[in-house]
Formats: sequence, C-alpha cells, structure tokens
Amino acid sequence: MASSTEAGAPLTGEAQATVGAAATPAGGEIHTTGSGRLTLSAFAHNRQAQVGIGLVVSIALFCFVGPFVYHTNQGTSGLNLLNENLPPGTGHPLGTDQYGYDILGRLMVGGQSSLELGFAVAMATSVIGTLYGAIAGLAPRWIDGVMMRVLDALLAVPSLVLLLILVNIFTPNLFMIITLLTLLSWLVVARLVRGEVLSLRIRDYVHASRMMGGRTWRILNRHMLPNAIGVVIVNATFTISDSIYTLSALSFLGLGLPPPASDWGTMLSDGITYLYDGYWWMVYPPAIILILTVIGFNLIGDALRDSLDVRLQRR
Amino acid sequence: MTGYLIRRVGQALVVVLGVMIITFIMIHLEPGSAARAYLGVKATPSRIAEFNATYGLNESLPRQFLSYLNHLLHANFGISYYYQEPVSTLIAQRIPSDIFLVGTSSVLAVIIALPMGIYQAVRRNSLSDNLLTSVTFTLYSMPDFFFAFLLIALFAIQLHWLPPGFVQNQNSSLSLLGILAEPTALILPVTLLTFTSISSWSRFMRSSAIDTLTQDFIKVVRAKGLPERLVLSRHVLRNSSLTIITLLGLSLPSVVVGAVITEYVFNYPGLGLLFLDAATEHDFPILMASELIIGVATVVGNLAADVAYGALDPRIRHGV
Repeated sequence: MASSTEAGAPLTGEAQATVGAAATPAGGEIHTTGSGRLTLSAFAHNRQAQVGIGLVVSIALFCFVGPFVYHTNQGTSGLNLLNENLPPGTGHPLGTDQYGYDILGRLMVGGQSSLELGFAVAMATSVIGTLYGAIAGLAPRWIDGVMMRVLDALLAVPSLVLLLILVNIFTPNLFMIITLLTLLSWLVVARLVRGEVLSLRIRDYVHASRMMGGRTWRILNRHMLPNAIGVVIVNATFTISDSIYTLSALSFLGLGLPPPASDWGTMLSDGITYLYDGYWWMVYPPAIILILTVIGFNLIGDALRDSLDVRLQRR
Repeated sequence: MTGYLIRRVGQALVVVLGVMIITFIMIHLEPGSAARAYLGVKATPSRIAEFNATYGLNESLPRQFLSYLNHLLHANFGISYYYQEPVSTLIAQRIPSDIFLVGTSSVLAVIIALPMGIYQAVRRNSLSDNLLTSVTFTLYSMPDFFFAFLLIALFAIQLHWLPPGFVQNQNSSLSLLGILAEPTALILPVTLLTFTSISSWSRFMRSSAIDTLTQDFIKVVRAKGLPERLVLSRHVLRNSSLTIITLLGLSLPSVVVGAVITEYVFNYPGLGLLFLDAATEHDFPILMASELIIGVATVVGNLAADVAYGALDPRIRHGV
C-alpha cells in the first residue's frame, strides 16, 4: 500500500491486494533476498517446500508414468458392465466405478486432466497478467487508471457464478474450462505485477538505467520482470491448486468434464452420489489424492512466499 | 475524507455498470437466442417469436440494455422466465435466509478465528500451533463439498443425530421463517461454512499477529509492564484484525448471495440455490439480477473494508 501511494497512484483497490500486508505500513514494499540463488537455497532448505515438492512430484509421476506400468481400459469401448461397482479386490486394487472403470487407473487419467488444467491455467494467467500489469504500471497515469478500473470491474464479476452461466451455455471440454478459468484468474496477477512495477519504477537502479539511456523495454526486461517474477511464481502455484479445486466444484455441480474424460473432482462427486450405497472406494481415493495435491501446491506456494519474503494476497 | 468517499462511490458506480455490461454480453454470447436456450431445441418458431416479443428480445442489444437499465431505475428486475414472478420478489424472499446463514457462520468464524490466530502466533512452532496449522491447512485444501459429505456421512448417516439437509414440500415456506422451522437442519450448513472460513481466516490472523508481535510498540507496552492479557487484547488484536476486516469485506458478496455449494448440498433455499437453478434453466433475468447484486456487494465490501481501515488504523489516511 505504501509503495503505491509513494508512486502517486490512487489507493483504490490496492488495499485488497495486500491482505497479508495490511498490518504493517510498509507492507507493499517487497524485500527480496537480493539474489535469486539465495531465495532458491532458502526454499530448498524449507521443510514445507520439501514435503510439497515430494507430494507433487510423486503424484505427477503416478498420473503420467503410472499408466505405462499399470494398464487399464479407460476408453469408451470394451467396458464390461458386469464389472460395475466392484469393491477393491484382486484385479482391481481400488475397485471399479459405476461405469466399470478401474478406479486406480481412473485416478491416473483423471489426474492428468486435473494437473494439465492446473498448469495450463497457471501459465496462461501468469503471462497475460504480467503483461497487463507491466503495461499498466509503466503507462501514463490516466491509462493506468483506466486499466485498473477495468480490472476492478472484472474482479467484481463473481467467478463461480460466471463459470456456471458459461458452462451451462457451452458443453464443457478441458480446453474450454482452461480458457474460462484463465479469463477469470489473470486479474490477481495483473494487480500484483502492477504493484511491483510501480514500486520498482522509483528504485535507484531503475533511475540509473534510465539515465544511461536504457529504453523502457530493456528496463522492463532486465530490471523489473526479474524482480517481479517472484510474486508471479507464488501466485501461479496457488493458481494451480485453485484451478484443480474449482474444476472439482464445477464437477460436483454436474458441470464438469463429460465421460470418457474425467478428473478427480468428477470422480469424487460421482462417488458421493453413491453415498447411501456404501461404495466408499469411489469416494476416498479421489478425495485423498485431490486433497494431497492441493496441499502439495499450497505448501510449495507458502514456502516460496516465505523464501521470497513476499506477503501477497491469498484469495 | 468526504472527497475520498465521493470519488470512491463514483468509481464504484462505474465499476458496477461495467459488471452489468460484461454480464449482459456474456449472457447474450450464447449461440441462438435466450428463447431457444429457455424453450429448448424443439421449440416451434412461432413459440420463439412469441417468447421474444413477450420479453422484448427482438430489440437490438444496446436498446435491450438501455431498457433494462431503465427498468432497474424503477426497481424492476424483470420477470423470471421459469417462475413467472418478478425477480425482485423472488430475491427479496431469499436474501434474509442468506444473511442469516452466512452472517451467523461469519460471526462464529470471527469469534473463533481471531483468538485462535493470536494463540497460534504467541505459541508459534509449538506442538499445539503445529497441530492447529495442520488441521486448518487440511481443511483449507479440502473441497467444501467433500467436507460437507464427511459431515453428512458422520452426523446424518452414521449417528442419525442431524438431518442431512432441508426438506421442502409444498407446505413449507421458502422464507427465513420456513427455514427456522427446521432448526436442526441448520446445524450442518452453519458448521460447514464456519469451518471453511476459520480454515482460511485463522491462517491470515496467525501471520498477521506474528508480524504485529515483532513490532517495537509491543516491546514498549511490555516494557511498561502491561499485563500480557492486555497486550494481546488491546494492541495485538486491534492491529492484526485489519487483515480480518479485509477478508470480511471480501466475503460480503457471499453474505448476500449465500454459498452456492453449501446451499446445493443441504438444499438450503437461499439465493445461491435460486441462482444455480436459474443457471441450469437459462433464466436470464434472475442471472442478471444475481450478478448485479454480487457486483454491488463486492464493490461495497471493498469500500467498507477500506473505510474501516482508516477508522481502525490512523496511520492509513485516505485521500491523496
């Protein structure tokens, strides 16, 4: 907050972008550890980070390498209807679901779409948000003002609600959900990057670079983006878990990916509809792996944030 | 301060108008018209024409938008396609239920999360802190519908202590009074919402209290010999509660519109459920109104949080 006022920008909305920082007057100032290497080493020695990375790497291996080791039929043809709702046993270590899909195999396939979705949304939002935020931060004040009001308006559009409308109108597929989630979640990145750029703009080394004749583009590339990348990465980590989470909520409301595609949220909500039949093996495996994944990414995000000593907004 | 407020309200109006335009465009992005979406693929052309004429959908988009705005200024949100009732009636009937549900759980969550965060900050890295952090972290990472499932599985199916949700029949009223007639059914939804809020708020509270505890003025009041109880309640609590103010401000939209998932799971007849049904039924007047309400609530929540900042912390002064 302090940084934006120093830069002469309106306080509007900046308050909400610094939830964690509200208690300290200088909360908006970002203190990086100086060099990226220091940050990395702090990160590597962080217990949270180790656990988080361990979780995420093993789950990713499970989803993407698992199918080469453990072969199951996850297509639409050749499914044996007699295999419906089998409890865990020989041949199906985690049982089968209501279509006769093997659940262990299904977890791998579903995990692929969940993880792909998370990473794709995180990448896309980071790129779009960084560009928008950097342009707003460097542009003349009135352009910045207009760009920020547009952002405010978009932020005031409730995302779950909008997703519900759109998913109802179009039949969802993975690409479409990725696009929609991206359109709804780049806003936070843009706001964070703009804040960073505003505070970096008045640093001495940026002034020095400008005085030596550095062009805006060079200043942006060499001085601002490397410094702002920390908040972007932290936010991207949380975006991954948020997207996986949102997809599961959509699936629960019956608006997720239609079969034969699947994701953990769909599996979980399908399982929950059999709540009264006692098919526990349809509920707990996807729930546990979904929660572990989200915990993993949240741990990594927290650890990254700690090692960057950045207090950023957690939606 | 007054100038600041006027400017903020002016900006807020622009933002709300922007939200409406975005929603309006989104809703009309649909391939085919609202009529086809609502009446289904088998609708006859004459039926569609009649529908379009009834709801003024033959006009051009800008004209439709202007007439929508004009109706709004007369407090007319339009007629619901599905219920055939004024949207304002439908919404007015349900808003109290949402304020009750989300309001109760928010208050409970603040009452629990504030002391919990401060306790964790004071005892940071102790066994109890780590335990609480693990629990809240797990809760935070859990989809809320799965948490709801666990609650229902335990308290409704295994133990038979509580009903799994609200029962609605033709006699039961959709208003708040109808809900209060089934008090036991309220326990699970309120618990769910309270715990989900606690799981995120206590984390913010903990880190913000840790920040506050390292400040010099805490050292000063301790050096003055102020009892620890007063240090915590007068100084730490007040300074760290700024965070919660922001979070409360950000959660205002959900106080008004309810929690879609919670209402869906427990069949709670609030705005969230109305909205979800409207989305599946392509009931556009309700969708527009809901977006508008949420948009206004978001803007008001942010504004209220910013103003509350200034009141709680004189170091933050508004107006440049």
